Amino acid sequence: MSSVINVRGLEKSYGSNKAVAGIDLTIEPGEIFALLGPNGAGKTTTVEILEGFRDRDRGDVSVLDTDPGVKGEQARKWRNRIGIVLQSTNDAGDLSVFETVAHFAKYYSNPRGVDEVINAVGLTDKSAELIRTLSGGQRRRLDVALGIIGSPELLFLDEPTTGFDPEARRAFWALIQDLRKSGATILLTTHYLDEAEALADRVAVINQGKIIEVATPALLGGRATSLATVSWKGANGLETERTDNPTALICRLTETYKDEIPELTVKRASLEDIYLEMIGGAGVEE
Amino acid sequence: MSKNKVSVNKVPSALAIGIARGGLEVKQFMRQRESVVFTLAFPIMLLAIFGSVFTNELTDGVTFSQYFVAGMIASGLVNTGFQQLAIMIPVERDFGTLKRLRGTPMPASSYFIGKSIVVFVTMVIQVALLLIAGVLFFGVNLPTDPAKWFTFTWLIILGSAASTALGIAFSVIPKSGRGASAVVSPVVIILQFFSGVFFVFTDLPGWMQQVAALFPLKWMTQGMRSVFLPDSFAAQEVAGTWETGRTFWIILAWLIAGLVISIKTFKWEQER
Repeated sequence: MSSVINVRGLEKSYGSNKAVAGIDLTIEPGEIFALLGPNGAGKTTTVEILEGFRDRDRGDVSVLDTDPGVKGEQARKWRNRIGIVLQSTNDAGDLSVFETVAHFAKYYSNPRGVDEVINAVGLTDKSAELIRTLSGGQRRRLDVALGIIGSPELLFLDEPTTGFDPEARRAFWALIQDLRKSGATILLTTHYLDEAEALADRVAVINQGKIIEVATPALLGGRATSLATVSWKGANGLETERTDNPTALICRLTETYKDEIPELTVKRASLEDIYLEMIGGAGVEE
Repeated sequence: MSKNKVSVNKVPSALAIGIARGGLEVKQFMRQRESVVFTLAFPIMLLAIFGSVFTNELTDGVTFSQYFVAGMIASGLVNTGFQQLAIMIPVERDFGTLKRLRGTPMPASSYFIGKSIVVFVTMVIQVALLLIAGVLFFGVNLPTDPAKWFTFTWLIILGSAASTALGIAFSVIPKSGRGASAVVSPVVIILQFFSGVFFVFTDLPGWMQQVAALFPLKWMTQGMRSVFLPDSFAAQEVAGTWETGRTFWIILAWLIAGLVISIKTFKWEQER
């Protein structure tokens, strides 16, 4: 079984600015793969090359065994197998949800059922409503509906929950997890670390045009073995200790305090801490 | 790949998708009430204004309204095609509509077909309303000779195709949807003045006539005059005849140029 996405030595410059400086990437069938990185890291350029929206300067790229730079009838056959959910579009406000989804279904050889897809994204109640009456979150769900109507083998999701309230985000994550069951491979780009953690099987962190690390969210940046920070209120105020064995420390503290250890907290690095450290951002202790 | 569904069906044809897009675009157009009213009623308003201001007869039996209705129909070709598209496409580019379409198996040709359908449909409705209003209220006479209706038909089809192609071609020029109208409208208005839509063409200065002769609107207008004015009026044209053959070839040449430019330069996204 071949990989869904295979990238070797990808490079792309804009003038003197090297946006993508040699990226290797392999994404396997059925995976949800998240691409993380700060703005300007080369994330969007990489994804747009994979989506066939941009040319590359150098490197081998294969998406569903096809070069995304393919043209003409071959390009149509390739696009027939992928779905793209872009950052929000703002068009066709005068059509209903149903009309829009039904229309996009006509572009594909094996579309899913229109009502089924509308139901899958939770817009059945809004099916007959005009798009301009939808909320931002509902519009985003429609974007996903249009991305999956063609039964894609590979789905690109570009920052899908930007601007969502927490509840809408949770609901949206459930929708993406449902999509995984259909067997589609998903490439997700996001700014939100908790989103990557909730959804992705593997995460790649990209910075300054290069991939720094690829790992599962739990193992990224040595997170599983990173030091824990234990703090409590001691005789001289707040005391803090970093340790690779917090349990032993707490046993010791229990003996000292006998009863409750005042204001005890044990904190492990969050994915966000690890990520910020990797991209050299602020906000990390030490 | 152990995918359950190996695509047995072929990707739908560009023509089938184009026709579906045409239907969708007509539906969208009809739902934008302000633009429907404006597009369809504006030519009638102009006819009413000019018909009331210029009540004289140009020659025996040819009223200014009769002369003007030919110009308005030719203008309609330019308004519903060239002007509408050169303004709307940059807006669709700004909104991300085009980028989304590019990510689907829909080819550019289907998008073009959809646009030509919506242009043709709106133009036919506009012309029909204009003629009805002209006959009922402004004493416009319709031709009776089938040969004139034949000319009318090919002028409408060829003219709207050329206007569509040129509108798509011109849509790369405005840098944003918001600024598009300011770039496109002056071009159209100047062409209308130069091409003898608002005034009798042969009354215009010679240099204006020569500039106008380079562009298709002058030929569409002249072609429409050959339909709506008596053949005796041909003697008053620049060449002393209707130049029907030349009209056909010049509009066809513009159609081909528009198509080639559209295919070569069409932009799905505004480059940043």
